[in-house]
Amino acid sequence: MSGRGKGNAAKAAAPAAALDVATKLSFYRQMVLIRRFEELSRIAYQQGKIAGFLHLYIGEEAVAVGAIAALRPEDHLITHYRDHGHAIARGLDPRVLMAELYGKVTGCSRGRGGSMHFASREHNFWGGHAIVGGHLPMAVGLGFAARYLGEPRVVMAIFGDAATDIGEFYEALNMAALWKTPVVFLCENNLYGMGVAIEKASAVTEVYKKACMANIPAERIDGMDVLAVYEAATRAVEWARAGNGPYFLEALCYRFQGHSVADPELYRTKEEVEQWKQRDPIQRFRRHLIEVEGIPEARLDAIHEEVEREMEEVMRFAEESPDPPLEELYDFIYANPVGDWRGDERFLRLWDQSSGS
Amino acid sequence: MATTVTMPKMGFDMVEGKLLRWLKKVGEPVKAGEPLAEIETEKVNIEFEAPASGVLKAVLIEEGTTVPVGTPIAIIAAPDEPVEAPAAAPAVREGPPLPTPAPGAPPPPAPAPAPVGAPTPPPGGRVKASPLARRLAREAGIDLREIPGTGPGGRVVKRDVDRYLQARAPAAAPPPPPAAAPIPTPAPAPVPTPAPTAVPVSPLRQAIARRMTVSKQTAPHFYVTVEVDMDEAMAWRARINEALGERGKVTVNDMVVKAAALALREFPALRSSYQEGGIVRHEAIHIGIAVALEEGLITVVLRDADRKPLAQIARESKELVERARSGKVRPEDIEGSVFTVSNLGMFDVEHFIAIINPPEAAIMAVGSVREVPVVKNGQLAIGQRMKVTVSADHRVTDGAEVARFLQAFRRYLENPLLLLVE
Amino acid sequence: MPVMTIREAIRQALREEMQRDRRVFIMGEDVGAYGGTYAVTRGLYEEFGEERVRDTPIAESAIVGVALGAALGGLRPVAEIMTINFILLALDQIVNHAAKMSYMFGGQFKVPLVIRVPAGWGQLAATHSQTFEVYFAYVPGLKVVYPGTPYDAKGMLKAALRDEDPVIYIEHTALYPVRGEVPDGDYVVPIGKSEIKRVGRDCTIVTYGRMLQASLQAAEQLAREGIEVEVVDLRTLRPLDMEPVYESVAKTHRALVVTEEWRSFGVGAEVAARIQEHAFDELDAPVMRLGSREVPLPYNKHHERAVLPWPEDVVKAVKLLLR
Repeated sequence: MSGRGKGNAAKAAAPAAALDVATKLSFYRQMVLIRRFEELSRIAYQQGKIAGFLHLYIGEEAVAVGAIAALRPEDHLITHYRDHGHAIARGLDPRVLMAELYGKVTGCSRGRGGSMHFASREHNFWGGHAIVGGHLPMAVGLGFAARYLGEPRVVMAIFGDAATDIGEFYEALNMAALWKTPVVFLCENNLYGMGVAIEKASAVTEVYKKACMANIPAERIDGMDVLAVYEAATRAVEWARAGNGPYFLEALCYRFQGHSVADPELYRTKEEVEQWKQRDPIQRFRRHLIEVEGIPEARLDAIHEEVEREMEEVMRFAEESPDPPLEELYDFIYANPVGDWRGDERFLRLWDQSSGS
Repeated sequence: MATTVTMPKMGFDMVEGKLLRWLKKVGEPVKAGEPLAEIETEKVNIEFEAPASGVLKAVLIEEGTTVPVGTPIAIIAAPDEPVEAPAAAPAVREGPPLPTPAPGAPPPPAPAPAPVGAPTPPPGGRVKASPLARRLAREAGIDLREIPGTGPGGRVVKRDVDRYLQARAPAAAPPPPPAAAPIPTPAPAPVPTPAPTAVPVSPLRQAIARRMTVSKQTAPHFYVTVEVDMDEAMAWRARINEALGERGKVTVNDMVVKAAALALREFPALRSSYQEGGIVRHEAIHIGIAVALEEGLITVVLRDADRKPLAQIARESKELVERARSGKVRPEDIEGSVFTVSNLGMFDVEHFIAIINPPEAAIMAVGSVREVPVVKNGQLAIGQRMKVTVSADHRVTDGAEVARFLQAFRRYLENPLLLLVE
Repeated sequence: MPVMTIREAIRQALREEMQRDRRVFIMGEDVGAYGGTYAVTRGLYEEFGEERVRDTPIAESAIVGVALGAALGGLRPVAEIMTINFILLALDQIVNHAAKMSYMFGGQFKVPLVIRVPAGWGQLAATHSQTFEVYFAYVPGLKVVYPGTPYDAKGMLKAALRDEDPVIYIEHTALYPVRGEVPDGDYVVPIGKSEIKRVGRDCTIVTYGRMLQASLQAAEQLAREGIEVEVVDLRTLRPLDMEPVYESVAKTHRALVVTEEWRSFGVGAEVAARIQEHAFDELDAPVMRLGSREVPLPYNKHHERAVLPWPEDVVKAVKLLLR
């Protein structure tokens, strides 16, 4: 399943074996939390409590958990719109995430962003971006700033397979390599760009090979195996942190849900989905924990129950939080508002002061 | 069969007339065409001719009475026909007559404190006015419909409102603030000065005042002056008058009138009138000649001036001027001009600028013919020059056109043979 | 007071700000070794080195996106896009990202990004001769400035570099050689403030950029004919400062908006609409707009000239307005 791109000199000793049980259990808990968060938000969406687009991460939990665990708190994380799993793995409070889905003022983006725009300055999590490939140059800039200022930060930029067909993908990789920026490009290849299978969208379906356009070392990994992801991500991050420039990872994975909750999935067979469900990353890791680490099932079940209780609290928090007040409508457009920054101030005054009767 | 004689309309804007004198007595026989009464209009006193033959059976208004046009004033009938006097004439109107034949405009609304919407549209549509003009008119309490507009498309703009306000009788100056008590000083005995006296305004003067004001307010005037070389014209005039001998005398003005009339053939714009909604072109070239009277100025009309030979123009204009001076002008003598010539040459005036006679498009002001030093073939010589200024209505024509008209006019005067043959 | 060109004034602002703040750096096509396409950055590469004056590949979207990321990451980048024609390739980064990073994430992020972009023409043909300030003036979250004098050029660039928001700073190539007084040392011209550049009484001209200079020239010619126009320089297009315009129209009662844009649908249209809305009762004539003819700019010299507005067109427009 994994492949090696040219110039891969970063194959140091795999750190996965050095992971202690507590860390592994935390991986498991995070994956279960993500899974339940997604399942419950799907229900809330269908009940009309969440609006807009909802892109669920179900099936891909191993990638977020394994890769983001390789980051330090001071490292930067930036991702695309299927960002719930990344936000949770990064450590954002699921309550403020669900509140953001509900559009509440207690949301991480104060209700301004919604599902595709989770972010947290505190966690160096720069969003959640809705334009395919649009965040990639930003990732390069963040990496450049860290290098320029002498900060030992790494940037992890996560994106989907379809983003590798857009022009900005190349522009970003090229500049990342030219300016030797510490960016780990992590592609979540779930084989589909919305409803278009990768064979129909990319002349090159082994996505990691595209990194050679910018002469960036690259490899393909099993995105359904959290330990494999963790191992590769750790190596890539250390490569970049050491000043070697960018690294490219392609994680093969699969989303069990449609592109978004509204997707009727006409473009793939139920058989295919069932086949991939056999490789459910949570089930797989559960088996590993039981068989390799000797963890009792009851312990794992207890984790599920704990997550259930946490999710009850999460849903209640979101339900009970207030909407952002209308007075805040114009907040945050500018950091430095000057002059008539709201537009035609005279008209706005006239309008706001009139009752229209 | 009895004929009811009514106060005649003797001018397009005549609204009423004053019966000055009956020229026939009740019971006298009257022949159609004989002068029946002397009537005073705004401009002139006119001899009114009887419309029918018979006997003057009744006179319905007294001398000195003013009645509206169309009011019955007399009855002429067959000698033995019985006649009843019709109802008494309507109440006499005092005061100056209305300036326009249209129904009078409503009195301006008092400035309204409540929110004022746009003025109610006049019959035929709303008034085009800039927002600023509307506001200024509203603030001054004027009806926009009363203000002639000179902006693009006839839009009423600020300058129109300003002009209108200035032309109106100025409000009485506010009483001066009470002065502080002055330190008493013995004042010298004041030298008595005569107080100003009020002068009665004749109807003609009133009419001139009104018409010239309207002309200046509505027609955007511009002026073009040329100097005509009159050497040839004066020489030809001398030869013509010698040949005519007793049969008449051609004046400089007669030649000017003919030259202007001929030039007007080629410049229809200058024989047009600007009216609401468009420009009306007049084909018949009737030239008005300004005549100074004791109480003011009137214009007599020389009809079809372009088609009449110089001698006829000379004769007719002489007659017209005499009739005007003696108060015996007929309606057609003072109506229908499409272009006016005003000549102050007899007063040794070098040049002057006249005001257009509405509804004409232009007026020509003629100065005297003067001997002046000129350069001819590089040598100093004496020449005869005459300055002519045309005032024109910029709604109807422009500088270049007037300049070209004057070029044509000059060509006729400077080549007087053309005046004789065209 | 020293006199210098707009080009020199911009360079001076860049140099002073780079000296003052280590976080300021320049990136763009040919800004370094080439000395700048329009020689604006000439000498800076030699003075500050390749780490701070960085040549980029021809990749407008990445130029803006990387600069944006750098701004998020704590730097104060000046991204140069070679001409405003090429900025179209970066519209997504500017409009969907730079303008919205602050708002979309509830105020967590600041974007102290400056994008410098020249606009101009000169028989360069259609795709190299456009003027697109309106695309950016349209977007909440951006600030857009377009100085027309050396004094404003230096002061506004400094203000932009100290601003916490993304600023699009537009330079007109025909204005680079325009000379004017520029004080030595540090000063700032605030963003979001118009300025009356010439006092008058017969007509108000509202303008910016090259057309500011053209309007001032037209004003001199009109003055010889006894017409005194008042010229208001917008300087900042977003946010618009209209108050001096309303005051001016209250005095002159006539307004002419002059820009170099294709006449329809531009910044001029917005300015005209606002004058009509808020100075309605002062208007003695409709608000007039003067712009370029709606033609892609042709190569032929006379055709090109016929498309663009010139001082004589401003003179003609003023006279039409005074009828």
